[in-house]
Amino acid sequence: MDIAASRRQLWQESAGIAVSAAGFGFVYGLAARGADFSPIEAMAMSLLVFAGAAQFAAVGYVVGGLAWPGVIVLTALLNARHLLYSAALAPWLRERPAWERASMAHLLTDEAFALSIGHFQRIGRGDRRGYWIAAIASTFIPWNLATLAGVALGGQIADPSRLGLDVVFPSAMAGLCVGLMTGRREVVAAAVGATVGVLVSLVAGTGVGIVAGGVLGPLAGMLVPRAIAHEDAPIGTPASAEHYAVPGSPHAAFEGAEVQHADAPERPS
Amino acid sequence: MSTDLVLLAVLMGAVTYPSRALPLLAPGIERLPRWTLDYLQLVGPAVLAALAAVSVMVATTDGQPAFHVGIEWLGVFISIGLMWWRRNLFYGLAAAVILVALARYLGWA
Repeated sequence: MDIAASRRQLWQESAGIAVSAAGFGFVYGLAARGADFSPIEAMAMSLLVFAGAAQFAAVGYVVGGLAWPGVIVLTALLNARHLLYSAALAPWLRERPAWERASMAHLLTDEAFALSIGHFQRIGRGDRRGYWIAAIASTFIPWNLATLAGVALGGQIADPSRLGLDVVFPSAMAGLCVGLMTGRREVVAAAVGATVGVLVSLVAGTGVGIVAGGVLGPLAGMLVPRAIAHEDAPIGTPASAEHYAVPGSPHAAFEGAEVQHADAPERPS
Repeated sequence: MSTDLVLLAVLMGAVTYPSRALPLLAPGIERLPRWTLDYLQLVGPAVLAALAAVSVMVATTDGQPAFHVGIEWLGVFISIGLMWWRRNLFYGLAAAVILVALARYLGWA
């Protein structure tokens, strides 16, 4: 496919993702405001962390009274999948100067990865402008503007629980969790994480409980033999990115990219 | 206006950035053992499930955590069901919010 046609497709896919990112960013803004984040604090998260699941989780950590070191460790673990996206994109962007790759890295999300690698594979080479379209137009701008709108509107509501808005956070966490189910190991990890989280919270407080669930759940999931795990989206692949991306994002945006392991990326010609 | 959490956002961004940048800037550095990848794959579901469960099942009063049963459970279950069925988070969120708001308005919760 020629680059102009592929960029047109990229714009179309980005528009679909942008709508979902805006809606989801708005919900994040509401949840952050419900947890007493100020607009500056909520926006700092969206601008500096810029990772939806980790930002939602941070709302829960703060409400649960989790100490900052715990928040930071869990954030690092939750966002470590970006290592594999970055590795998969590296061969396509190796011609760009280091300062530009360093800038591109901050905007690397599940959505940006899936959109841009699909575009690169269609045209058979890297495309700097394509990456920025995928990273900025699809997610960064709508996510941040919607966060601002959500946190501003959330501040106008005197009693969010009367409107049922207090259920937004746990429902979003549960929904995102369902979206990450790509095999039986994830189901076991989630079930054990939830159970351990609640039991330990009742004994030692919610901050400790969340960390215990988040750390022990994966260990339990790893006990499921690989032969019966039925894993259909290994981490670091476009299929995995689709699961982590905003639930409801158009599937077509992720279908342009072939599934491949990021630790053995296909080299551009 | 509070800015206490801005530093936390900086630190969260600081621990996220290396995983985004290192392979782009130093290719090959990302080689990880298989068990590490397996573990990382499962962190997301475990953390999010723990957050959701603790959020609706544990209520803290006067610093003392206690098991909590409420209409929020139903809202979360509906959200899970709709997400599983339609793969769209917004349907689940909307249904959960409407259900909980309606139940409270009618005095059922």
